[in-house]
Amino acid sequence: MSALMAAAPHLADSAPEPRAARRADTIATLRDVRRRVRRRRVLLVTALAVLVVALFLVRALLGDYRISFVDGIRMISGTTIPGASFIFMESTLPRAVMSVLAGAAFASAGAAYQSMLRNPLASPDVLGINLGASAAAVFAVVLLGWSGMPVTAVAFLGAVAVAVTIHGFAGRGGAATGRMILVGVGLAAVLSSVVHWVLLRADVYRAQDALVWLTGSLGSVTWSEIARLGAVVAVGVPLLTLVTGRLGVLALGDDLASGLGERAHRLRALVTTLVVLLTASATAVCGPIAFVGFLSGPIARRLAGGRTSIPAAALVGAAMVLAADYVSAYAVPGTAYPVGVVTGLAGAPVLIWLLVAQRRSTQETA
Amino acid sequence: MTVRATTAPAMPARADRGTGPQPAASAHLTGEVSRGGRVPAPVIVGVGLLGVALIAVVSLLLGTQSVAPGAILRALSGGEASTEVRGIVDSRIDRTVIGLVVGAAIGVCGVVLQGLTRNPLAEPGILGINAGAALAVVLGIKFFAISTVGGYVWFALAGAVVAAVVVQLLALLAPVRAQPVTMALAGAAIMATSTSVVGAIVVSDQGALDVFRFWQVGSVAGRNWSIVTEVAPFLILGFILCFASGRTLNAIALGDDLARGLGQRVVLHRLLAATGAILLAGSATALAGPIAFVGLVVPHVVRAVVGPDHRRILLGSLFAGPVLVIAADTVGRLVAAPSEVQAGIVCAVVGAPFLVALVRRMHVS
Repeated sequence: MSALMAAAPHLADSAPEPRAARRADTIATLRDVRRRVRRRRVLLVTALAVLVVALFLVRALLGDYRISFVDGIRMISGTTIPGASFIFMESTLPRAVMSVLAGAAFASAGAAYQSMLRNPLASPDVLGINLGASAAAVFAVVLLGWSGMPVTAVAFLGAVAVAVTIHGFAGRGGAATGRMILVGVGLAAVLSSVVHWVLLRADVYRAQDALVWLTGSLGSVTWSEIARLGAVVAVGVPLLTLVTGRLGVLALGDDLASGLGERAHRLRALVTTLVVLLTASATAVCGPIAFVGFLSGPIARRLAGGRTSIPAAALVGAAMVLAADYVSAYAVPGTAYPVGVVTGLAGAPVLIWLLVAQRRSTQETA
Repeated sequence: MTVRATTAPAMPARADRGTGPQPAASAHLTGEVSRGGRVPAPVIVGVGLLGVALIAVVSLLLGTQSVAPGAILRALSGGEASTEVRGIVDSRIDRTVIGLVVGAAIGVCGVVLQGLTRNPLAEPGILGINAGAALAVVLGIKFFAISTVGGYVWFALAGAVVAAVVVQLLALLAPVRAQPVTMALAGAAIMATSTSVVGAIVVSDQGALDVFRFWQVGSVAGRNWSIVTEVAPFLILGFILCFASGRTLNAIALGDDLARGLGQRVVLHRLLAATGAILLAGSATALAGPIAFVGLVVPHVVRAVVGPDHRRILLGSLFAGPVLVIAADTVGRLVAAPSEVQAGIVCAVVGAPFLVALVRRMHVS
């Protein structure tokens, strides 16, 4: 007994002490990690912003016709420089601005959707939401001869119809995302056959225009279109950033989330609305630029150390479209390809790689 | 694959049936088993022939221009008829014959693809096999100035083979549970790539666009039926390989291990069956362009009627495919008269709700 007591004191005395120390340690570590995460995020967004600005300048100033930075500033502030003004103000600058807007719209929508559905494959373009917008728009433009604002409205309705259909038919529960993908792929097949039918009924010039647009093109961007999409992006992306931050709670399941005061249905409906709005507005202007929404989210996530960050995704998307547009415009001298050709060719291998990578992660968890 | 129909009560009903394959592993069959009786082969052939004959007659009689049935029958039996009526009848014969061949090929191809992959959504359209074939044909039109079906078929086959191999390799990488989704996504990737390449080609070549858009839409019209002879060797070989694979498909439905235990040389037979399916898909695409969803709908409908034995499903699909394609073509002629909606589009519009219904009954992850 006494031997036991003799042995015990160091247990009795020292046990609480390390526990408290450990707790303090843990708190310090947590704080440290959190600070590092925040610092990394700020650093990442800054770096990406610098990259986007650099690519923007390259796209706007270094085309076939080189323009100095000072001349660019002068032209934006209203001076007319013969020759340069037309190319800069009517072609390269609007294209650069539109690249940023469209890239940010597609990418933030894609990242938000992937995050909400917790599946890197479930982006609006894979699920056919882009195609819903473009099928409706092609129908309105080619067969009904519409243009401008009504086309955006129709494209929005097309995207809404697809979103409602895939959400409505996928049902609930763990398999819902898988079913959404399958229904979306099926709908995409139908919509593309509708598009083919429309192309068949148009005369060949219009069909060519429509097909270029369907591939995703920044070739004929106007300032009024930029203003329209700019307004949507300026409202939509910050809102989406705010809302997506609350999506983490949904990962606990709808019951727990509602217990924590989060209305899962309303949150999902809000995210879906914003995603559809951004996707449809961007698609109505420059067509469904393939794979931007699909790829930006996972890339930004990787850069951010496994966390969803809508601003980072938006910047990645903007950089991607800027770079792809530059390549598509100048890679082959004499022929300007639509930007979607470049993103489509570059994106398919990445989709395949993601499929393989996902297999690895599902096997680990299984 | 946990693609199981949610109709659980099918299980005990199947246990005491005892004959035919027990599709325990190929669980997507279970839903149909309780409903599907055993229909003897002669009945399938009889009903099938009747159905095809019926729809063929309807297809000959109806169209954008209304012609008196008597005049059509006279023209068919070689009696005297005006040049106009003769022209109409000839074009209707052409499209009916092509619809017959294409429908049979895609229907049978769909059975084999679904059986081989044990994926209820396997279908040349969704798996991107059509898109691969279409892309290859566009490349042929653009770079080799191909303009005959005999020329298309080589490109279509090459494209179909590449697409099928890519999709199958990706599916093998995926966990069994996720295969339907993986395959659909691989198909989507192939479609997106082919859209990009096609866009790149037609942006600078209006001639190629004009040839391509008429081919891309999937139609049995505007072709002389004699073009069937140009792909006949591929079709015949494809049909032989597919019909020879009925037992293999039944064994595969039990799972590869069991199939091997039953003495099947799984790899060899799989390869032969896949070759047959690709030959049929490629030839059909060369003839009519990509027609989606026929390969999806036909096997499921036939399976619901004749039961789970793949030999019977193959036989039934041989007749159900043409019925669907010719019916779609006929409907397309009537709904938009005096213009037309192509058979490929009618099939897609009909097939989509079917797909949704199938997906809703699946348990995928």
